[in-house]
Amino acid sequence: MDPIYQALVDIVGQEHVSNQPEELFIYSYDLGTTEPHRPDYAVTPRSTEEIQEIVKLANREKVPVVPLGGGLSLAGLAVPFRGGIALDLKRMDSILEVNEKARYAVVECGVSQGQLTSYLERNYPHLTHSEPGAPPTATIAGNVAIHGQGDLAQPYGFNSDMVNGLEIVLPTGEVCKFGSCSIGSGWFTQHPLPDVGLFLGWSGTTGIITKVSIRLFPSKKIRGVGQFVVEDEELVPEIMYKLTHTQMTEDIVAFSQAVPPFASGLQHFTINIAADSEKELEFKQEIIWDDTLGEYIRSGAGGFLGFRSGLQRPQVSKTSDWRKGGGFEYVGSIMPVDTYPECYRRGREISERHDIPYTVLGRCVGTAHAMMFSWTYAFNRADPETVRQAREALHETDDLVLELGGTIWKPGLYGQKLVMERLDPNTLNLMKKIKQMLDPNGIMNPGNWEVS
Amino acid sequence: MTLTNFRYGDVIHRCFRCGYCKFPINWMDVNNCPAYARFRMETYSCGGRLWLTRAWLEGEIEWSDHLADILYSCTACKNCEVKCPLSFNIDILNMMIAAKSEMVERGEIPSAAKEFLENIQRQGNPYGTSREKRDEWMEGTGIEAYQGQEYLYYVGCVGSYDTRGQETARLLGKVLQKAGVSFGVLGNDENCDGNEVRNLGEETLFEMLAEDNVAQFQGLGVQKIVTLSPHSYNAMKNDYPGFNGVFDVLHYTQLLQELIRNGGLDVSGGYNAKVTYHDPCFLGRWNEEYDAPRAILRAIPGVQFVEMARNRNGALCCGGGGGNFYLDLLGGSEDSPARRRVREACETGANVLAVACPNCLTMLEDAVKAEGLENKLTVRDISEIVGEACVIK
Repeated sequence: MDPIYQALVDIVGQEHVSNQPEELFIYSYDLGTTEPHRPDYAVTPRSTEEIQEIVKLANREKVPVVPLGGGLSLAGLAVPFRGGIALDLKRMDSILEVNEKARYAVVECGVSQGQLTSYLERNYPHLTHSEPGAPPTATIAGNVAIHGQGDLAQPYGFNSDMVNGLEIVLPTGEVCKFGSCSIGSGWFTQHPLPDVGLFLGWSGTTGIITKVSIRLFPSKKIRGVGQFVVEDEELVPEIMYKLTHTQMTEDIVAFSQAVPPFASGLQHFTINIAADSEKELEFKQEIIWDDTLGEYIRSGAGGFLGFRSGLQRPQVSKTSDWRKGGGFEYVGSIMPVDTYPECYRRGREISERHDIPYTVLGRCVGTAHAMMFSWTYAFNRADPETVRQAREALHETDDLVLELGGTIWKPGLYGQKLVMERLDPNTLNLMKKIKQMLDPNGIMNPGNWEVS
Repeated sequence: MTLTNFRYGDVIHRCFRCGYCKFPINWMDVNNCPAYARFRMETYSCGGRLWLTRAWLEGEIEWSDHLADILYSCTACKNCEVKCPLSFNIDILNMMIAAKSEMVERGEIPSAAKEFLENIQRQGNPYGTSREKRDEWMEGTGIEAYQGQEYLYYVGCVGSYDTRGQETARLLGKVLQKAGVSFGVLGNDENCDGNEVRNLGEETLFEMLAEDNVAQFQGLGVQKIVTLSPHSYNAMKNDYPGFNGVFDVLHYTQLLQELIRNGGLDVSGGYNAKVTYHDPCFLGRWNEEYDAPRAILRAIPGVQFVEMARNRNGALCCGGGGGNFYLDLLGGSEDSPARRRVREACETGANVLAVACPNCLTMLEDAVKAEGLENKLTVRDISEIVGEACVIK
């Protein structure tokens, strides 16, 4: 009997650990183009205490630990590059608290976006959280860990800016809390305690998030989506600035894609508007469509495509079927809004060079302080040549992001290398010191953010 | 067989594993795939099973008992088909059944599935009980053999052999008698409907059962069939026409709803309880009949009807489909779908969990015992509730 397997069974129970080929196969794969690497064990813990014991065991045995949430980063961030324990956290799926007065929710690390959305709709319809465009299986904790953004990014910024507190299992097994919860108060604020922002954006290399307090926001009774289109990509930044100036939109997304062909080359906007009454909605619609975008409509430069009540959240997984191939991956970036036209043109060139229908999207973050711009490349999982093409396009796009003065969002290993090549040497050295101090045995998600 | 020869070889790679298939319609829980709910390993999710099937057919992984258990833990509940946003969703379950068929052809299936199929081959029921005992459920009921009456009352294997199933079979018979419905049964001449056989991937045996049943029904001049089980209803309504067996098939709740509506069945005796209803997959998601059972319950005086959070096409399967009421690959844990489901029923404050399927009845009743909820929740088939409202002793 494998002693590590037996020790894991002792911690989580036999049904929640596997070293069988079927689980090792499934947990070796990311959904994107990253090559698979098999873990030695797949484990699904149910508590912080179990995770502590697993991490202590991993330190004793010098075995890697690779935490996994919804597994939807698509950038290979939870691929066990050096084997070890694939730690699937989705059994930790309790919503622990919703505080209406201080407007936050405390959730375990496996709680999915869809689960929290549905819970709030049923129990606290006047509150909502910023839900990303990922499928609803994406987890709250995974999303903040990669600095995700959601459908309230325009007014409130990154989801990682909405964190009020964290519980972390450190790489050496201790449990730490951050934010007001760490002094025994409620989980209502991260400030003004000393900033120990060591856990977001590190791809699970500095610890395992086990609980998150996430801010909730007022949810108006009517939420809907308006659609607008322009042909000239140069107009997109100024439209974004004008829309954000109204302070009347929840989400502003511009996108362009090759499918369907009649829409190729057009820049579409989806603009989320919320109101508590028809009167408020009418007022906001007038400000947005007439006063702000009216000039484009009247000149013929833009067109209003209609407004639909109800949030139809994007089903991005449909992109995977464009080549009837079950696969897509994208490069996300954080860019200045005024780079949209160049991002679009250069991204389209990369797609066409690799014979992939182009898809680009820019989501306004924090009243246009930045945008998340993504370039998506579909591939056919059954055709290795298209996987290779997509991988090449992704790497070229990583290079493009830095060339255009942006930062890569949740970079995979290739993008991490590019970023670290450009990082300020002192910053890089600090990262190395932090990593050595927190994870002396280098067990946490090895391969990611490794400073040589 | 290789992937190239697999019937769905050009489709199976198209699953992205986005995970919509894990949810009910309102995203309230990622546990609406019964196998995933039970094990919470990605291998047991719908996408996991499809990826494993492809890897197996491509030779990336070997067949194993564990692989067979993973595939056979699929209850064919159709939650994945309903929730998948992609255009190939209509083939998801067919892919799973085709994979099981491949295992059947190779003789590499879980031992309980093998036993299930052998029993049906030998005795016409999954329990392996003698064909000569199939009619014991009707002893003393006065129910007649089918000889040209308006309806053939098809009871099915669970209704014929399972103790609890037999009670509902008897009671439904009495209700139909009380309503003056012209019907008869096949008794020992009744054979398995084959619905689960098909879902277990034994296509040849299913074809044999379907052909024999169709020939028997046609030989007797059957035109209308009312079934106790949604599983029988599904096979006879949707599959038998492919064997030239076109009948007017009703699930019993559809017939009872009509009888109550037109005054043919008096339920004024009432039934005083707070009742919630569990949608059986083969009546609900497979055949989109959500209203008839609810209409019956709402028509009975004294019934205070409440919905569970997951209902209609978002209902959680009891875990008994795909032969799992017998294979029991999903049992033995508080995460078993049936146990999750009775806890959900309890949360409504209902004291009666109504079902319309003998498989669900046995699965959920066992779950109530396992959860220690006997003092809070009783599982009753709608035929039993109607029986009480009709003052049938």
